[in-house]
Amino acid sequence: MGTMSVVGKTLALDADGHLANRADWNEDLAREIAAQEGIPLLTPQHWAVINYMRTIFEKEGDAPSIRRLTKESGVDTKTLYQLFPKGPAKRASKIAGLPKPKGCI
Amino acid sequence: MAQATADLPIGKVSGVTETAPQPIQRVSIVVSHGSLEGVYPGLIMANGARMEGIEVSLFFTFFGMDAIISKRMDHLKVATVGNPGMHMPTLLGALPGMSAFATSMMKKEMEKIDIPPVGEFLTMIHDAGGEVYACRASVDMFHLKREDFCAEVDGIISVGQFYEKAAGGQIIFT
Repeated sequence: MGTMSVVGKTLALDADGHLANRADWNEDLAREIAAQEGIPLLTPQHWAVINYMRTIFEKEGDAPSIRRLTKESGVDTKTLYQLFPKGPAKRASKIAGLPKPKGCI
Repeated sequence: MAQATADLPIGKVSGVTETAPQPIQRVSIVVSHGSLEGVYPGLIMANGARMEGIEVSLFFTFFGMDAIISKRMDHLKVATVGNPGMHMPTLLGALPGMSAFATSMMKKEMEKIDIPPVGEFLTMIHDAGGEVYACRASVDMFHLKREDFCAEVDGIISVGQFYEKAAGGQIIFT
């Protein structure tokens, strides 16, 4: 699998290009990944989504569905797609340092 | 011609350089059936496309239009007759209440895996940037008006307009 380099460190990535080890994740790294994904600035709303996804993953072992995310994180569908224009499933989970969500919804 | 390609490995075409497959950019999904199991696959694929950042338009035609008719969208039923996938004898499937029973069972299972009711699902897809269209010919055939449809419908369009909107993308017929 691939790797990414940030400030002198080489981090392992999984087959989808997401962080392979969740322990490598921190907020600065999230900003770095976001910039690479074309999101130059993470706003409080981005963080609401990222932190909510991380909380659910911690508890349940998979990222929440988009439907649940929009119901429980306080960010509605339209806003979610504005925050992560190239697809919330892939982008948000990648920035959050999580594997690609397994669910279809 | 057969002579020239005979020594190429199976599946390889002479003169074509291999490139990595390009990600899908745009899909247009046609929904033509009005049963619950006829409508959901198209909606799930449309929503899944948006989740991946793929542009999507949904085109509802014939009985598939029931999914965007306000009065009907949340009352679609599973077909228990003429549906071999139900593994149920036709006469049993035809008993009163059987379709309603199968429908409520399926809706319960769908709710468990977070699949929303049709109306909510369409709002979700539309809010996600998906476009929703009704088929002009079907609308005329069934004598329907714009006000019969839910707010998410972006327009009533002809087949020609559908193809224009589908330009450069993939078309999926369900």
